[in-house]
Amino acid sequence: MLLSPAEWTAVLLSLRIAVVATLASLPFGIFAAYALARWNFAGKTLLAAILYLPLVVPPVVTGYVLLIAFGRRGIFGSALAELGIVFSFRWTGAALACAVMGFPLMVRAMRLSFEAIDPQLEKAAGTLGANRFFTFLLVSLPLAVPGIIAGATLAFARALGEFGATITFVANIPGETQTIASAIYTFIQVPGGDPAALRLTLISIVIALAAVIISEIIQRRGERRLSRS
Amino acid sequence: MIDVDMAREAGGFSLKVAFKNAEGITALFGRSGAGKSMTIGLIAGLARPDYGHVVLDDRILVDTRAHIFLPPHKRRIGLVFQDSHLFPHLGVKQNLMFGRWFAPRRTRAISFDAVIETLGIGHLLRRMPSMLSGGERQRVAIGRALLSDPQLLLLDEPFAALDVPRRLEILPLIEKLRDEFKIPIVYVSHAVEEVARLAAWVVVLDEGHVIAQGDPAEVLPAVGAEDSRFGEASVLTMRVGKRDETYGLTELLHPAGTVWLAGPAGREGARVRIVVKATDVTLSAALPRGLSVQSVLAGRLVRIRPMGPLASIEIALGGEGRLLAVATRRALDELELCEGAPVFALIKTAALDERIVGG
Repeated sequence: MLLSPAEWTAVLLSLRIAVVATLASLPFGIFAAYALARWNFAGKTLLAAILYLPLVVPPVVTGYVLLIAFGRRGIFGSALAELGIVFSFRWTGAALACAVMGFPLMVRAMRLSFEAIDPQLEKAAGTLGANRFFTFLLVSLPLAVPGIIAGATLAFARALGEFGATITFVANIPGETQTIASAIYTFIQVPGGDPAALRLTLISIVIALAAVIISEIIQRRGERRLSRS
Repeated sequence: MIDVDMAREAGGFSLKVAFKNAEGITALFGRSGAGKSMTIGLIAGLARPDYGHVVLDDRILVDTRAHIFLPPHKRRIGLVFQDSHLFPHLGVKQNLMFGRWFAPRRTRAISFDAVIETLGIGHLLRRMPSMLSGGERQRVAIGRALLSDPQLLLLDEPFAALDVPRRLEILPLIEKLRDEFKIPIVYVSHAVEEVARLAAWVVVLDEGHVIAQGDPAEVLPAVGAEDSRFGEASVLTMRVGKRDETYGLTELLHPAGTVWLAGPAGREGARVRIVVKATDVTLSAALPRGLSVQSVLAGRLVRIRPMGPLASIEIALGGEGRLLAVATRRALDELELCEGAPVFALIKTAALDERIVGG
């Protein structure tokens, strides 16, 4: 299947945005998931609700909030711009939008996985001399790997499909912020754009399927490792 | 030397425990819900006492008055749980080495090879925990705790999940740990036989309180594991006598008489403890003749406690020790046995479990 250079650009940009969004949010996601699963602190319920918010509010709202916060004249945006970090109308902004939208899915899967770990295993690690950090690194984290992969896959898939928040926050600029989703949207708007829209649709299905299948395989391997002879 | 004196209230349960023991195995004994595991958790640092202290040799692990609380990873206490809690993502060898990594190199007193050899787990090193049997898992868990080079080993009913033959296999192991690695051990159990065999000091817990403590032979008969007659048992300290090679029997000597054991019991002259269930004891007013029972202990009846149609009877044996028996009240009346009367206690050799006799 042949793609036009413009379509290729959208595909590669989408992949880059999704990969960066997933990898950059991974450490935060793991930390948030572990904190929600294992720690008790004041405001825990509120924090969880805020983290899950992008899942329930319309994506346009999330995009607009990002614009207010991280736009060029936004609350954080102006300060960050002085440090040379600019999100608005850049692919980095698209990645930020995707990361925020995928975060709840990521955290949810990881949290379940941390919660499923028998706390006695972590206590056992403690009596064997491991402090909290090493207990996390050597026991909790490896045991949560299936959930971490699942969470990362969900976030990646969400990032590929993200449209509303992205287009609201960073618009639809070819080569900079035009992802597969916004490219399809553009192609449907113009006469004769249907074949291109269809091609991109197929591509996005293939990428999403591949991501899910690869994560299945990795998880299956992990589970087999735990029960191997 | 372990010195425990602490109290904690949690979830409507209040625990107050105090004991000290200098050497050998300390047994925490009592029915489930008595507070044994909570005590273990407090010693290991998995929970904080409301007040009190735990001192191990000259190290203060916790002292509420001095605001000292060492977290578990700094206590150097090995803990073996009821379920082995091996790390499922690590192989047996990595599990064993887990604590080793954190143990200070200079003070390592326990060698890897010695532990592997004692526990007989050399052939398991390359396996994953999921491929081990229950007994193997517990042995690996004990090895893992030992290799963290602990100064105290806590065993929280480590064999509760095992069947009887496996338990009998592992009991001698605990004795080996005590003797070879010279680690003080606190052992939680609700099995009279195990405690009688292993412990140098027994602390009896009931509803969060210590109701008795001392030498197992003195403390255990007074307690009984359950309220029913089937849980009543006595512990007798005997000396190993001659072996009858023809029949494979071993003579156990007591100032009050002789008990024959159906099997070996260690070298001649060694001190052993046997557990005699109250329901396995038959009473006789005169030295009996023409019976198959050949194990007879003489004593004096000191206490009769009626239990419906039955009575629980306590006998002070000649020399030392107490023996519990159960008989119908009618039999006592017809034999004219009352408190103070001399009595012969007959014990069926077949009812004694020679496999759990230990020093």
